[in-house]
Amino acid sequence: MKKLLLFSWFLTLLLLQACNKDENTKTSFQGIVLPANYPAPVYDLSQNPVTEAGFTLGKRLFYERLLSRDTTISCGDCHISYAAFSHPDHATSHGIDNLFGKRNAPAIQNMLWSPTFFWDGGVPNLDLVPLNAIQNPVEMDETPAHVLEKLRNHPAYPGLFKAAYGTDEINTARFLQALSQFMGMLVSANSPYNQYVRKEPGAVLSVEGLAGLEVFTAKCATCHSGALLTDYQFHNNGILDDFSQDQGRFEISTFQEDIGKFKTPSLHNVAVTDPYMHNGKFKTLRSVLDHYSSGVKDSPTLDPRLRQADGTLGIPLSAEEKNYLIAFLNSLTDEDFLRDVRFAE
Amino acid sequence: MKNIKISFLVLLAFVFVFNACKDDEKTETVTGFGSVEIEFDNQAGDKSLVLGNTYKTAFGDTVKFTTFNYYISNIVFGKADGTTYTVPKNESYFLCKQDDETTRAITIDNVPAGDYTTLSFVVGVDSAKSVSAIGERTGVLDPATGASGMYWSWNSGYIFVKVEGTSPAAPLDAGSGERIFQYHTGLFGGYNSTTLNNLKTIKLTAPDEAAEVRENHEAPHFHLYVDVLQMFTSPTNISIAENPYSHSGAYSKTVADNYADMFIIDHVHNH
Ligand code: HEC
Ligand code: HEC
Repeated sequence: MKKLLLFSWFLTLLLLQACNKDENTKTSFQGIVLPANYPAPVYDLSQNPVTEAGFTLGKRLFYERLLSRDTTISCGDCHISYAAFSHPDHATSHGIDNLFGKRNAPAIQNMLWSPTFFWDGGVPNLDLVPLNAIQNPVEMDETPAHVLEKLRNHPAYPGLFKAAYGTDEINTARFLQALSQFMGMLVSANSPYNQYVRKEPGAVLSVEGLAGLEVFTAKCATCHSGALLTDYQFHNNGILDDFSQDQGRFEISTFQEDIGKFKTPSLHNVAVTDPYMHNGKFKTLRSVLDHYSSGVKDSPTLDPRLRQADGTLGIPLSAEEKNYLIAFLNSLTDEDFLRDVRFAE
Repeated sequence: MKNIKISFLVLLAFVFVFNACKDDEKTETVTGFGSVEIEFDNQAGDKSLVLGNTYKTAFGDTVKFTTFNYYISNIVFGKADGTTYTVPKNESYFLCKQDDETTRAITIDNVPAGDYTTLSFVVGVDSAKSVSAIGERTGVLDPATGASGMYWSWNSGYIFVKVEGTSPAAPLDAGSGERIFQYHTGLFGGYNSTTLNNLKTIKLTAPDEAAEVRENHEAPHFHLYVDVLQMFTSPTNISIAENPYSHSGAYSKTVADNYADMFIIDHVHNH
């Protein structure tokens, strides 16, 4: 009898284990979950439906150093997961041969909603973005054609492409769209602020955070607008008065009125995407706020919102308002996203 | 009276014959489909262009060319009566390169038989294709392969016309140790906001004979002259010392306006 009991115990244990295992392996691929409080994506997902194999391939490519000329650098070296895929401690990007670019590596998150890419909006489609990073002499300094060649001759990639696309053909569109599948999956929408906006049970902002939201809505949200906290437009926010180093949107549009205008960045996860601005000028959020309140520099294309009726420059912010704003900006950090093991190298 | 009758008869016969003639002309309308060849024969003034040879621009600069590439797209053939045949869009993109002879003679198949006197095309890649999905950019439009060197990855779009070379008037380039000039012209009007639009539609008329396209017959041949030196003049004489480089900036409009008249049909050849 005892033996039988033991045996049945054993059996239940086994069954339980089996169950457990099942549950584990069953964490089936979720694909892209569109947040309820975000608008419809701009990226046409029907052109490039995200699959588990496509995402896996895209992730591997994102962390693949073969994409650079001398196999030293991957996309993930400048876009680091725990910093919302920005480049911590680097005012401007640090690429191949220790060369520095002229711009700060922005976060890669919520790319599906972005109508343009790069600080000057020079690239209109996520699929076309990697071509630039690969070819840029101060980033990866490689030709896309040669990258495709290297992938074709690699022991693993033909199989990964076959899993993703049905055949092992490696071509430009497949390569780029796999990277887009990975980058498209990088949706960040679970910060305390986002949970608060969605009125999720238990979601609260601190008193300071709420006060900060009020200041933000009044003084910042004309440019940092909507659910993505950006209007995706180009403005001169007065961080410089000489744009000869980098003329911003003008370099794309060739219109004088665009000199010194840069794309408004989204502020999700902003607490971890320092240094700030297109040239990485500021290291802390406090220095950004000090800039808006008292550091704005004048130039012909300065945004009118940074010029008060009496002619003073900047956005008036009291010390208290700055503290509130910082509390609010800290509520934009989405820890789930920053620690998501699906995305980390 | 008899005479009148005869002359009437003669007249009738005349009218008849005349009419018959006319009818004949009408029923001669050809049917079926044939091919057309277009040859882009690059020139430098009144000479055939040879990379590395020395030429003089209208401004007076001495130049040697190292690159002369351009996209041709959206080809349309026209008849004397004004009717046209538009080559299907996706078969209508060509990249002509001076250093690759095979790219400078193109053949268009399945053209309705007829006598074509005009030829029109776009220099560059039209805006619809410039914004199309990556999967639709194959062949010479594949940014990684076919369009290599003819695509701006930082200001997404194709380089329509690329002219490079050396000139004593150009500044010294530290990298190559040469005095180089570079005119890379693109810009199709922008994706989600307006930018410069340097697309040029070229309409050319055959100087004498029409290109006779017939089924099961050797393709007639439009022989074009493309004069690279025209890019340096009319309407604006370009000084290489003043503007040695033009890429996606405002000056590209000057370059594009200049090259819009570099194409002519020298002759049509029917076999
Ligand atoms: C050497 C560092 C470096 C590497 C390597 C690099 N990037 Fe970037 N990335 C940058 C910088 C700097 C920018 C901003 C450039 C600009 O605005 O002109 C940027 C911008 C981007 C953006 C646009 C984000 C936005 O909101 O506009 C995306 C997407 C991106 N990179 C993806 C990639 C991918 C994919 C790869 C690999 C193929 C890659 N990057 C490799 C530094 C890098
Ligand atoms: C006129 C439009 C406008 C207004 C108003 C505005 N911003 Fe900005 N903001 C921008 C632009 C444009 C940039 C990027 C400028 C650059 O890099 O050259 C930017 C950058 C930032 C950054 C850096 C983000 C990063 O990732 O680098 C922060 C933080 C920021 N703004 C916060 C604020 C706050 C807080 C306010 C209100 C006090 C505010 N902004 C008001 C347009 C605006």
